[in-house]
Amino acid sequence: MPLETASPVAPYRRHGSNAGQPLTRRDGVLKVTGRATYAADNHPEGMLYAVPAVSSIARGRVVSLDVAAAKAHPGVVEVITPANRPPLAHDPDRKLGMFGFRIEVLQDDTVRYVNQPVALVIAETLEAATQGAALLDPRYEAQPARTGLEDGERYAPAAIGVGGPPRTAHGDLDAGLAAADRIIEECYETPAQFHNAMEPHAVVAQWDGDHVTLDMPNQAVVMSCAGYAAFFGIPAENVVIRSPFLGGGFGSKAILNGPQILAILAARMLRRPVQLALTRAQMYGPVGHRGATWQMLRLGVGAQGRLTALHHRSISATSSFEDFLEPAANASLYVYQSPAILTETEGLRLDTGTPGPMRAPGEASGSAALEVAIDEAAQALGMDPLEFRLANYAETEPGTGRPYSSKALRECYAEGARRFGWAGRPLEPRRMRDENGLLVGWGVGTALFPCPHFPAEARATLRADGTALVETAGADMGQGAWTALAQIAAEALGLDPDKVEFHLGVSTLPDGGVAGGSGHTASAGLALHNAGEDAVARLAELASRDPASPLFGAGNIGVVAREGRLHRRDDETRSESYVEILARAGAAEVVGTGRMARDEEAARTWAMYAHGAVFAEVKVDPDLGQARVSRLVGAFAAGRIVNPRLVASQYYGGMIWGLSFALQEAAVADRRTGRIMNADLAEYRVPVNADVPSLEAILVPEEDAYVNPLGIKGVGEIAVTGTVGAIANAVWHATGARVRRFPVRVEDLMGAGVG
Amino acid sequence: MNRFEYIRPASLAEALAAASAQPGSAFLAAGTNLLDLMKGGAARPERLVDITRLPGLDRIDGLADGGVRIGALVRNSDLAWDTRIQQGFPAVAEALLSGASAQLRNAATVGGNLLQRTRCPYFYDVASGCNRRVPGSGCDAIGGENRLHAVLGWSERCIATHPSDLCVPLVALDAVVEVEGPQGAREMPLEDLHLLPGATPERETALAPGELIVAVRLPARAAAVSRHSRYLKVRERTSFAFAVVSAAAGLELEGGLIRTARLALGGVAARPWRTREAEAALEGAPPSAEAFARAADLAIAGARPSGENAFKIELARRLVARALAQALEGTPKVMPALPGSPFASTSGAIHAA
Repeated sequence: MPLETASPVAPYRRHGSNAGQPLTRRDGVLKVTGRATYAADNHPEGMLYAVPAVSSIARGRVVSLDVAAAKAHPGVVEVITPANRPPLAHDPDRKLGMFGFRIEVLQDDTVRYVNQPVALVIAETLEAATQGAALLDPRYEAQPARTGLEDGERYAPAAIGVGGPPRTAHGDLDAGLAAADRIIEECYETPAQFHNAMEPHAVVAQWDGDHVTLDMPNQAVVMSCAGYAAFFGIPAENVVIRSPFLGGGFGSKAILNGPQILAILAARMLRRPVQLALTRAQMYGPVGHRGATWQMLRLGVGAQGRLTALHHRSISATSSFEDFLEPAANASLYVYQSPAILTETEGLRLDTGTPGPMRAPGEASGSAALEVAIDEAAQALGMDPLEFRLANYAETEPGTGRPYSSKALRECYAEGARRFGWAGRPLEPRRMRDENGLLVGWGVGTALFPCPHFPAEARATLRADGTALVETAGADMGQGAWTALAQIAAEALGLDPDKVEFHLGVSTLPDGGVAGGSGHTASAGLALHNAGEDAVARLAELASRDPASPLFGAGNIGVVAREGRLHRRDDETRSESYVEILARAGAAEVVGTGRMARDEEAARTWAMYAHGAVFAEVKVDPDLGQARVSRLVGAFAAGRIVNPRLVASQYYGGMIWGLSFALQEAAVADRRTGRIMNADLAEYRVPVNADVPSLEAILVPEEDAYVNPLGIKGVGEIAVTGTVGAIANAVWHATGARVRRFPVRVEDLMGAGVG
Repeated sequence: MNRFEYIRPASLAEALAAASAQPGSAFLAAGTNLLDLMKGGAARPERLVDITRLPGLDRIDGLADGGVRIGALVRNSDLAWDTRIQQGFPAVAEALLSGASAQLRNAATVGGNLLQRTRCPYFYDVASGCNRRVPGSGCDAIGGENRLHAVLGWSERCIATHPSDLCVPLVALDAVVEVEGPQGAREMPLEDLHLLPGATPERETALAPGELIVAVRLPARAAAVSRHSRYLKVRERTSFAFAVVSAAAGLELEGGLIRTARLALGGVAARPWRTREAEAALEGAPPSAEAFARAADLAIAGARPSGENAFKIELARRLVARALAQALEGTPKVMPALPGSPFASTSGAIHAA
């Protein structure tokens, strides 16, 4: 199969550098014409289809499977159950690195959650495999399912999120509370939510001896190879993952999961390629979700509306057998200044699939609660909520006192408020109506997201024809890596983006790191930038050593790479094209390499976050309790913006996600059985276009000299934070009803019309 | 999914014969509901009789007396934009456009809409007990996740609702269903088509096995309320969401009094819920907020929660009063951008387009 490559766009009229330009997506034409190959679009010769049979109970064991009936079905080739499952080289009940959870791969007959695979049916057609799985008709010995706060098992976790501390204390909380004039204490609930990426988790596995090629959507292309290699007892380099396009990931496609491993195992067992693609319903279990939280916030407030204490506690749900605790409480560590901050997390074991990172894990649910609590404090003091936030503005990182590498949050508040028209907002709720009598409310929330970086490598090759090839095994989940990363590389190479061929998403390329944590553009981008600079330096060396070159002897002076030519830094009239330099040197190409290199000392010295402010207007029917968002304005500062078009799109998506969180999204699990009763896109509600009438994203300029040499922060997740609270606060402002359980429902607001 | 026969008859007679020859047959129209149910195993027909090619069932005909006859295969979109419907029976158009999504409305048929099954998740989940799906297997919605379930006409055997938007104004307007079957043709008021669960929730309609709805008739006199008609729907998403509660209201005014009142609720019971006592209380009275409030009280008479859904009773009461008040204001001159929505007047996407 040829390597996937997104074609360059038509030449784009630019002024200035390549980065910073609102280029359209290089992969856009492939996608809209159906030529972008997603994992399950691959149909190698002789391919079989695998379909899991999944459990309908949450806890217990499988006592019978009608394997004979399934095998007798025409087209069924094999049925894998715990009785005949070939061995795996890694014990699935042991953790496997940061993104290697304990998983279910038919190691025994126990059932630990609904939709857990209890068998895998492999057949010549998808239909036969589906029918075979139905014929297995599993019978169970069920135990009572633990589905909520009442019956789950509470415990003290060793870590939360991806290795975060379960308890962080700054200052003396008791002293802070004692010093407070007012103490505000409330509890907040967020439900289980599912990623629901448009593209389901899929894999096409092809073995060749002890080598395997996996077509699969994957957010951590190279890292995952080591995980699969461990399960199959082969060297990591024997695993090739191809993931050129992902139909969304949101964190759910960075984690190894049972169904995909079983399909790979089936391919090895049957010596034929095997494809597996989960159904929508089957995604509600084995491939992660955002775990439910029950949060408590206690705020001490003193003179001038300053926080004296901030206590945030979360009970975060996880599975009975693995720990991924939504680090919601930690959202309170970084946003507001307080002399005392305590964040704590307790675990709650439920009979569910293991949660995992889902767009802004912890920050989203924690910010939802924090921003409402902050609003409640402002309300208690009779302060404007924006003024209250400014009164508690953190000039240095709360708790540690570290300076910020950059922080244009004040500008975000100001610009957002101006564009939204915040001034003149009545302090009291229920003071605004529109021309039709609907209640109108305005709310604000602060957005924040940290700037993690991941190890990444890249290669840049300048070719004799004046074009370049740049390569890194990053991943484009739809965020625009195909385009933004190519822009960064093109800039480093001094070439137009349309002269740059870019390869992405294949594990044989240099490791592009993880597309997650909003750190991909910075991490893979920095590797590409360094690779490009390395290639240019090698080219410059060729030229400056060559007496025939106008750049001869420029070694110490240096050169500038621009539009396919190297110019002497001190005399730009002396220049030579890449083509000429390579031709004279008789070189077909020069190859540069680079890696993400962050100044670790700087990372310790400076506090690094992207910031933002989200302003929401809602309208609520005073009698019927129906609430709709009528306007959202978000202003965000995230360092240097590589592609404003793509970044605005990320902000829009984040704000819409926040709207979804605030008013719509929730998995409805039957409290007795744990079965998800809305495991489909009709009943698991996310917004439609008509729910999002007006959306504005403001890109607030911010220079950051420390976060990394490119000055790039992340934009993928920040806009979810802040938005949820802003909308809930606007609902309060419209109605006077303070809803502390998400999503806000009709019945929560029906009292609003009374009295 | 079970193995089934697929038959595509060329005539109505063939279709009826094919369906009655095999117990467990189901008629297939657009399949927007049936095929989902089959894929999930909640419906397991032995034979599908595809009626989509039958001639003559996709027509909308004006009747001599001013009524309208709607063929069972008329698509929801075509019906909603039919001039005779928009002018004579505007609540029907508004209800249609408030339902599903544009893509579904382009496919779904009138007959299929009438016969769509409940959206109770326990009906869809074959691992759950459901008396409607498997008689005697219990009702797991009771004591389960039931905030959207019935508050009127439910029984200890079943608390499901009928999800149709279209049926609500149709019932309010005395629509008549024309049926063909092995025993010949007959007709019945739409109000009698859907059965309350009682002790036999598996009996969902008054149709006998093998009977096929061929048309729905709107009587001419139903157009009397055309100048004061609304359909309002509380839903948790602005499109592609079933009603939490909905209401169709129509008023005919004469000399400052209500001459005729039409009122029905959706999303509250296993059938579209006509409220004749409320209508009677309105007729002859001057239209006023007090009269509407009284009618709203009567409309929900006998309602009781079947679970965590007491709010739906109060919501229904308020929605009836609102629908009557908006009907009094007059039928909108043009279809609202968000049909059926209390937010119709706010800016937004042109939902009906």
